Amino acid sequence: MNTSSESNYLNASRGWKSWLFTLDHKRIAILYFFAIMFFFFVGGVLALLIRTELLSPKQVLVGAETYNQLFTLHGAIMIFLFIIPGIPAILGNFVLPLMIGAKDVAFPRLNLASWYVYMLGSLFALYSIVTGSVDTGWTFYTPYSTTTSGSVISMTLGVFILGFSSIFTGLNFIVTIHKLRAPGMTWYKMPLFAWGAYATSVIQILATPVLGITMILLILERAFGIGIFDPAMGGDPVLYQHFFWFYSHPAVYIMILPAMGIISEVISVFSHKKIFGYKAIAFSSLGIALVSFLVWGHHMFTSGQSELAAMIFSFLTFLVGIPSGIKMFNWMATMYKGSVSLESPMLYAMSFLFLFGIGGFTGIMLGALSVDVHLHDTYFVVAHFHYVMMGGTVMGFLAGLHYWWPKMWGRMYNEAWARITAVIIFIGFNLTFFTQFILGTKGMPRRYYTYMDQYQPLHAFSSVGSYIIGLGFTIMAVYLIHSLFRGKAAVKNPWGALTLEWTTSSPPVEHNFELQPVVVDGPYDYDRIRIENDQRIYKEVKMKSETETKVGL
Amino acid sequence: MTQHNPQSTNHVLPLKVYFAVGAALFVLTAITVGVSFIQFGAFNMVIALLIAAVKATLVALFFMHLFYDNKFFGAILSISLLFVAVFIILTMYDTEKRAAIYQEKGGPIQKEAVIYQEKAP
Repeated sequence: MNTSSESNYLNASRGWKSWLFTLDHKRIAILYFFAIMFFFFVGGVLALLIRTELLSPKQVLVGAETYNQLFTLHGAIMIFLFIIPGIPAILGNFVLPLMIGAKDVAFPRLNLASWYVYMLGSLFALYSIVTGSVDTGWTFYTPYSTTTSGSVISMTLGVFILGFSSIFTGLNFIVTIHKLRAPGMTWYKMPLFAWGAYATSVIQILATPVLGITMILLILERAFGIGIFDPAMGGDPVLYQHFFWFYSHPAVYIMILPAMGIISEVISVFSHKKIFGYKAIAFSSLGIALVSFLVWGHHMFTSGQSELAAMIFSFLTFLVGIPSGIKMFNWMATMYKGSVSLESPMLYAMSFLFLFGIGGFTGIMLGALSVDVHLHDTYFVVAHFHYVMMGGTVMGFLAGLHYWWPKMWGRMYNEAWARITAVIIFIGFNLTFFTQFILGTKGMPRRYYTYMDQYQPLHAFSSVGSYIIGLGFTIMAVYLIHSLFRGKAAVKNPWGALTLEWTTSSPPVEHNFELQPVVVDGPYDYDRIRIENDQRIYKEVKMKSETETKVGL
Repeated sequence: MTQHNPQSTNHVLPLKVYFAVGAALFVLTAITVGVSFIQFGAFNMVIALLIAAVKATLVALFFMHLFYDNKFFGAILSISLLFVAVFIILTMYDTEKRAAIYQEKGGPIQKEAVIYQEKAP
């Protein structure tokens, strides 16, 4: 796979034991990569099955009960097995220590343990699928989840276990960022991806235990009938929703914050311009993390929750728009008058700006109490969260994957195909999900197996869009796998970026750097440094003389 | 590395501090039991929780050395308690205030409607 004769982390040791017992954060990232991509594939196939079934209000492929299982599994797999661990466990594990100039994460054994815990949790989920599956929706709402037949306990136990994997990763990142930064790397010289990962880790540690508690309570309720969610025994089914969303709303930001970190890196690198508003972007990540804990009730406006609580949650929800808006405007200001080059990572980053913009604005619409009562549980909500999760997080993930691919494997993929694919996925995505905004406003409820005939053209349109997305990902799989075997060898710094991971070889040596890096320049000082043949060229003197000339004129 | 090292030298407390704190815990337990025999109405709960909070604080500060440790750990503990408080307070805003605005919601809109007939005497 790797042509260079020099030693690197991929060829430093051989054999399956060297992978399964590795403590190298880069190899653990690769282990995660294959596991998570497997589940992304499974979740994607389920999505295509759902869309195919919805081509017609009558049965196309499967019956109604199987359909309920399909959308539940699509949601549960995509959320718990792909999108929550995705960016932190793959890209975070790989690049975070490199970015801050560390040899590894702070607790390498805990890091490996997190992968094994992830695999164990995923086995429980798979066991649930083969033993009756789940048809509750990925949110496992009571009372249905406590009464339905099917394998709810093994699935929720799987989710409980997966939570620990998430906590391990978060803990590792926080300690790594506090303790292992290279000499000279102050907090404000840290790349923004590290800030994003830090904010994510805080949420992972603070919120995930509540998911564990929720799942345990649900299991106890289902297995022993303890009655905490059962009104007949003095319980409250809406309490389950409080528990669930106290984790799962912040979890939305576990998904999006690291993607925002990637976007900050990619936009600055490919605009060849210093990031606009570094501190504002850094602290808005922490701001989002904080506010994320105060808004969970907006998932429950129609649950019978008290109107007073609903008003408070609606008001607090609007606050999320502020730090998100700060980020959006800073990214656009970074591109303004920059020298923008449209390589594939940048295409995905620009897709992110466009799609996350729509996802964010529709989020504000749904946060408004009166509008939400009307649109709740319609395809409008489905479209909204796919714009945020797929248009936001997955686009960010793809931007990061393409950006760091040469560093991970030491190989370049076919750039022309990568650009074509980015366009295909962008078009397919909008065909699929913009249509669902329209379906939603016309009253099409989500999670329904059948529908009135009037919705069929739009459903069919949406399904065709999903096939285009499927085509895009197939092409991507082909050129990425092709690059592993036949790709051009990557240079140290193919994009001309200034962060530390690009100062070591591609792929990096086993211990990341030949010498301990010492940080002098900021991560985005494109105004005074450019990269030529992997070398830093300082253009400070020239800049000054230019300024002086202008002043003189 | 710009951070100072929070791993300070191990702090050894004299035994008498442990005994003093232990004694305080016993006294507070006795007070909890004693107060439970006096009727304060709703304040019984408040008093019991206050005493319990003081006891938990004593354990965290002295038995768990939070008082002598780097203040960062204290901040982390306080923040996690704050988040627990946020969860409980906002959830109670729902459970305690249901129908606070639309009190008539629980009643039938049309008393003569068919669905209410079987309940009628």
